[in-house]
Amino acid sequence: MDDILLLEAIERYLGGDMDAAERDYFETLRKNTPEIDQMVVEHSMFLHQMDSYSAHRNLKTSLQDTHTKLLDRGDLYEGGELTTRGRVIQLWNKYKRVTAIAASVGGVIALVISGLAIYFSPVVNSSQIEQLSKAIEVIKKNQQYQGTLINEVKSKIPENAKLISGGSGFLIDAKGFIITNAHVLKGSGAVVVNSKGQEFNATIANIDIQRDLAILRINDEEFEPLKSLPYSIRKANSDLGEQVFTLGYPRNDIVYGEGYLSARTGYNSDSSSYQVQISANPGNSGGPLFNNNGDVIGILSTRQAQAEGVTFAVKSKNIFLMVDELRKTDTSFDKLKLPSRSSLKGVERKEQIARLEDCVFYVKAFRK
Amino acid sequence: MKADTNEQALLKGLALNDSRAIETIYKDNFAMVQAFIMQNNGSYDDARDVFQEAMIALYEKAQTESFVLTCQIKTYVYSICRRLWLKRLQQLGRYSNKVDSLDETVPVEEDLEIHEKRNAEFAIMDRAMNSLGEPCKSLLEGYYLKKMGMQALAAEFGYTNADNAKNQKYKCLMRLKKLFFSQYNIGD
Repeated sequence: MDDILLLEAIERYLGGDMDAAERDYFETLRKNTPEIDQMVVEHSMFLHQMDSYSAHRNLKTSLQDTHTKLLDRGDLYEGGELTTRGRVIQLWNKYKRVTAIAASVGGVIALVISGLAIYFSPVVNSSQIEQLSKAIEVIKKNQQYQGTLINEVKSKIPENAKLISGGSGFLIDAKGFIITNAHVLKGSGAVVVNSKGQEFNATIANIDIQRDLAILRINDEEFEPLKSLPYSIRKANSDLGEQVFTLGYPRNDIVYGEGYLSARTGYNSDSSSYQVQISANPGNSGGPLFNNNGDVIGILSTRQAQAEGVTFAVKSKNIFLMVDELRKTDTSFDKLKLPSRSSLKGVERKEQIARLEDCVFYVKAFRK
Repeated sequence: MKADTNEQALLKGLALNDSRAIETIYKDNFAMVQAFIMQNNGSYDDARDVFQEAMIALYEKAQTESFVLTCQIKTYVYSICRRLWLKRLQQLGRYSNKVDSLDETVPVEEDLEIHEKRNAEFAIMDRAMNSLGEPCKSLLEGYYLKKMGMQALAAEFGYTNADNAKNQKYKCLMRLKKLFFSQYNIGD
């Protein structure tokens, strides 16, 4: 019974329910009796725990109540994939028509916007890589320009034919076989123009879309076959960092450009092409990529749209693969002999270019 | 950024367990936490649990005398929930790197440590209370939680007088303390 009284006293003391005299008496008791002092401290701590337990519990209850209340009022949305599939279906049924209308309005707006976008920005090419063949507008202008310069020379393009695209190409056999990109030859026929502005009729001998290569054959009496080609075509892969240069027709005059081999693979790690750091423009497509020795190591084909100077070239090995395949099926290619010896090694660049110039052609594709 | 007066008032209300304040904070912040948790592998129920836990942590913080909230309630609640949820995901082995970290957060590790200690204490007391059995549990709850007087308790539980009730309460209390401290001291 004493213990009960003592505990009651402690609780009253801690709760501040004692009057001054009683309090003084109790505090003296505490001071003189370590056991009681110990009990007070312990109980005080326990009561504190009780209080926070109580508060914690009350809060939990009120939180739960609040949650239910807000849910009932619709202030909370009990949505979600996991617990309320039924509700989603309900909502769907309820808003089916609204959704349908909204979707069709959205669709119409999207169409209008994309239509407007296409209408107002015809030149923008959003694809990651762009082919380096020239669009028809460019060529048309160039044709007019050329027309004013040399009026007396009659173009070999048939009169009612429409120019489709243009690019570059180069001889792989002195007799008049020219290689270019498949994507340059969008039409049904082609003429090639040499660096002096002379046009020659050509026929499309073969197109290999897979490799993006095409072979043209010059069919023109005016064409005088060269004795031999000054360059060879490299079978093996080239090394990273190798200095390269190109000749091509991004405009009506032949243009020289140089750079270096920046990756052993092309766009998206395509192992049949290289990445080259070189400035290339529409019209450079199909142009040769030479190394310092004047060997052909690739054919410029595409460039990355968003990056400056990132150009891709089909590896020259593909020319061999293509020609080998053609020989098996077509006897007309038996005559085609790929050049295997370069006479440009150690020659100064200006001299190299002077001798290469005659072998690089401007390819114009047209459709009748 | 100091919490504005409106938020200060809300926190004061929360500290006093005022239902209006709780309701406002709840309404303003639950959807955000719900979205976060459900986007990160959680369910609606998870969201509710985590959010309520964060509210308790906020309450605890609001109650400390030295309390200053140096950011908005929203940021604080989000930060706590984020920590809690990441921890739970890790425990469940559902952790994925996808958790987005674009929202502003404040460091809450220290507060959470305190909160976890409180949580553990709460759990010990809860277990002790629940293993007492009746009528001890209700008697002690009546006296310590509901702050009922001995007379009222005696009447409610049917004791013939307050002294008998007091006697019973004493025995119950001793048992509870024993249960509580045996666990509590292990915890230390």
